[in-house]
Amino acid sequence: MKCTRRNFLKLAGAGVLTLTLGQLGINIDEAMAYAGKLKIEGAKEVVTICPFCSVCCQVIAYVRDGKLVSTEGDPDHPVNEGALCAKGAALFTMYTSDHRLTKPLYRAPHSDKWEEKDWDWTLNQIARRVKDARDKDMILKNEAGQTVNRLESIFMMGTSHASNEECAVIHQAMRSLGVVHMDHQARV
Amino acid sequence: MTNHWIDIKNADAVLIMGSNAAEHHPVGFKWVMRAKDNGAVIMHVDPKFSRTSARCDFHVPLRSGTDIAFLGGMINYILENKCYFKEYVLNYTNASFVVGKKYGFDNGLFSGYDAAARSYNQSAWAFETDERGAPVRDFTLSHERCVFNLMKKHYSRYTLENVSATTGVSRENLLKVYKAFCATGKPDKAGTILYALGWTQHTVGVQNIRASALIQLLLGNIGVAGGGINALRGEPNVQGSTDHALLYHTLPGYIALPLAQWQTLAEFNKANTPVTALKNSANWWGNRPKYFASLLKGWFGDAATPENDFCYGLLPKGEKGEDYSYMYVMDKMLHDKMKGGFVFGVNPMNSFPNTNKMRAALDHLDWLVCAELHHSETSDNWRRPGVDPKTKKTEVFLLPSAHRVEKEGTISNSGRWLQWFDKAVEPGGQARNFADIFVPLINKLREMYAAEGGALPEALLKQNWPARYDAEEWARRINGFFWADTKVGDKTYKRGQLVPAFGNLKDDGSTSSLNWLYCGSFTEEEGNKSKKRDLSQTPMQAAIGLYPNWSWCWPVNRRILYNRASVDINGKPYNPAKAVIQWDGSKWVGDVPDGPWAPQADQEKGKLAFIMTTNGYAQLYGPGLKDGPFPEHYEPAEPPVERHPFSGQLRSPVYKFHSSELDKFARAADPDYPIVLTTYSMTEHWCGGGETRNVPNLLEAEPQLYIEMSRELAREKGIKNGDGVIVESPRGRVEAIAMVTIRLRPFTVMGKTVHLVGMPFAYGWTTPNCGDSTNRLTVTAYDPNTTIPEAKACCVNIRKADKLTEIL
Repeated sequence: MKCTRRNFLKLAGAGVLTLTLGQLGINIDEAMAYAGKLKIEGAKEVVTICPFCSVCCQVIAYVRDGKLVSTEGDPDHPVNEGALCAKGAALFTMYTSDHRLTKPLYRAPHSDKWEEKDWDWTLNQIARRVKDARDKDMILKNEAGQTVNRLESIFMMGTSHASNEECAVIHQAMRSLGVVHMDHQARV
Repeated sequence: MTNHWIDIKNADAVLIMGSNAAEHHPVGFKWVMRAKDNGAVIMHVDPKFSRTSARCDFHVPLRSGTDIAFLGGMINYILENKCYFKEYVLNYTNASFVVGKKYGFDNGLFSGYDAAARSYNQSAWAFETDERGAPVRDFTLSHERCVFNLMKKHYSRYTLENVSATTGVSRENLLKVYKAFCATGKPDKAGTILYALGWTQHTVGVQNIRASALIQLLLGNIGVAGGGINALRGEPNVQGSTDHALLYHTLPGYIALPLAQWQTLAEFNKANTPVTALKNSANWWGNRPKYFASLLKGWFGDAATPENDFCYGLLPKGEKGEDYSYMYVMDKMLHDKMKGGFVFGVNPMNSFPNTNKMRAALDHLDWLVCAELHHSETSDNWRRPGVDPKTKKTEVFLLPSAHRVEKEGTISNSGRWLQWFDKAVEPGGQARNFADIFVPLINKLREMYAAEGGALPEALLKQNWPARYDAEEWARRINGFFWADTKVGDKTYKRGQLVPAFGNLKDDGSTSSLNWLYCGSFTEEEGNKSKKRDLSQTPMQAAIGLYPNWSWCWPVNRRILYNRASVDINGKPYNPAKAVIQWDGSKWVGDVPDGPWAPQADQEKGKLAFIMTTNGYAQLYGPGLKDGPFPEHYEPAEPPVERHPFSGQLRSPVYKFHSSELDKFARAADPDYPIVLTTYSMTEHWCGGGETRNVPNLLEAEPQLYIEMSRELAREKGIKNGDGVIVESPRGRVEAIAMVTIRLRPFTVMGKTVHLVGMPFAYGWTTPNCGDSTNRLTVTAYDPNTTIPEAKACCVNIRKADKLTEIL
């Protein structure tokens, strides 16, 4: 096994526990059994990246039974070397926050409340509005008679939170509609 | 960044300006501290003493909006004291180019100014050319119109006296920074400049950065380890989202938005493909037609053929000079020219300037689609404080979006490292990633157009569009495929196989790539390179912490841009102890060089160092910008003074602004608004705070909106630490809690006292009682090149509040 810093720390950590407590003659079976239930034991390690500034610190997400159980900075990463800032350290609570949106919501014109809707209804409604606007407002020729194929009445804002692959999808989608009003955080 | 995070440790001097790096990039800042451990001098020039200043050798307070005056003073210091690296300047910059006779500069205005249009005719700034069209050069630097002498003349006005009077920085402090940083003008020394939004968010934002480029080129600090101009990018993937162009004015890979005047692909290519008369200039953008054809092939697939211009005709075409950026979107919205739109992962109703205007403008939409983790000031604008939802017509679709740990893909860090992240868990509730929203939406539209017809259906129906989204499939699309069997060297690639590098992209339809810069990131030979986790390096690479086998970096895994300028014209490193590349007689070793060619001295096979400029030289004189070939000091759109000593032109003659009834500005030295406001963020909150305010532990750490002010100002206004304060500008009124501190000091500017206050902008009304958008105060005035708003300098007044309603 290649001895990375993380592996080394794990081995050293395990070693310390066995040596110190074991040598003192204390029966640690119960404590070990308890510790075994804690946090990352038996969890799958998944490499992810902190979603905030563009230092892009790598993070190890620990997943057990399909649930996120812990996050920590990746000690092998040559830039962050295991470190995370206050926001990065709060990733776990961000993910588990019960304040998060979980379903598509709809606010009707002049309404004072949100209504829960399913994805299919929501995307159909959006598609209809996009098509209606596009069919009505598409500018095929400008005043000079040049072909411009431009849709000015719909815009796209965002986002630098998207992955490169998501950005590629969004850009292609917008140009296929004829959208020119497209922008994101790079310009703020 | 021209360089990358780890490389900062190689610097002998670190100048941090327009950035509070320790606060906003706390983990990246360790590499600044590593440089300090190695003996480097660390300097922070910023209006406020902050966590960054506390770690530096010295902090120099500067009035917000006067960076060019400060940097112009440094340029003058370099030229007067001959601190420049002469060999570098001669061989690698356009110092020797002779500028045409039409160039002129008088009392703050460059030649070619059209006052009615508030714009310059840039042709007045062109270089003198010979009969072949090659620039006329004078390597003796004696011609009065050579760039070097024009620059010297231009910055001769930037004396210590004028700079000090404008910036509020003492002469001693100016000299302290100038001396320490200019000591890196030696071949074996390197200085780096770190900046962030403190430089870009000004009406002279681009020229702030240009000024730093002049300094770095004069000192020979570009291309070397520990050097460069390093934008500490804020947003998580703002590097990648810029490369992939979620922007109106470009297509992915820095290809211009097609304009109406270019009706055919040939016309587009003619206008967008630079030509050089210098045979040893690589003129890399001469390859642009290959990249554009490959992009079109990626978008339209088999429907794109040479005969139909690869479907170029279907793309939307803009109008020349028309600004489609988001400040203009908002203004058009206010004037009922927008029907609907998408706001994904951004919160303009909190983070856009003059937010009261923005919030009013959003009410004019028929429909709005937001994708977010939480309700935001944007998604819930219709129920904001003080409005009756019944009067607001906008239909809103609010879509739950997936968190980073719930999706996979790549992002590009500030140093251009392309890093893969795996999906750890399924999205919470019914949340989706952004692509799983747009892929099915476009498919629904394609079905509707196929069934019903409508306007220009072929623009949608001819797309090479998948049934379902798969991140790795799109990583492959971005890299690009061969569309015909192709021989590269001894190897034959089949149709459908991955293109190994952008050097293999063609303009004949035989290749595709959704972004040429990323071509080579995912190959048949090595797979998905963004997943590489190999720490191995050669000793030469290890000496500067290059880590070429960890992830991958654009372009072609080159970790330090412009690295051909780190060696002399024979390929010998200027600093052998921290060599980036080296010519061993037949090939380059170290980093991936800026092109494979022999060193510049080789008259036959060699190429000039700066391969991305048309003529191969870095541009001390830059004739392509909207506001002049040399950076010049102008006051912000809302100046706290009536004049400055550099010219009679108070503000930039070409900055952009809006003038609706909601766009109001203070007068110069307005007695009603005498205090300069600058805005910023903090470690615990992320930008507009839409995500972090909803994390209890982070909100507890930074619970409410505050305003930092000097003890002197507080005394003048009768405000005590912890008091409620009303902050007002011509555009809005904001409540904040007073933080009276020695971190801010009054400035002496043109003989009078100017106070400056600072406020974070992370708070909004959807989080109860913590305060509301600071940007209700900031201005709708923008840089003429980028339309980035001037969020870092506007004018306000403050008073003690009798009672607070926004903060409880």
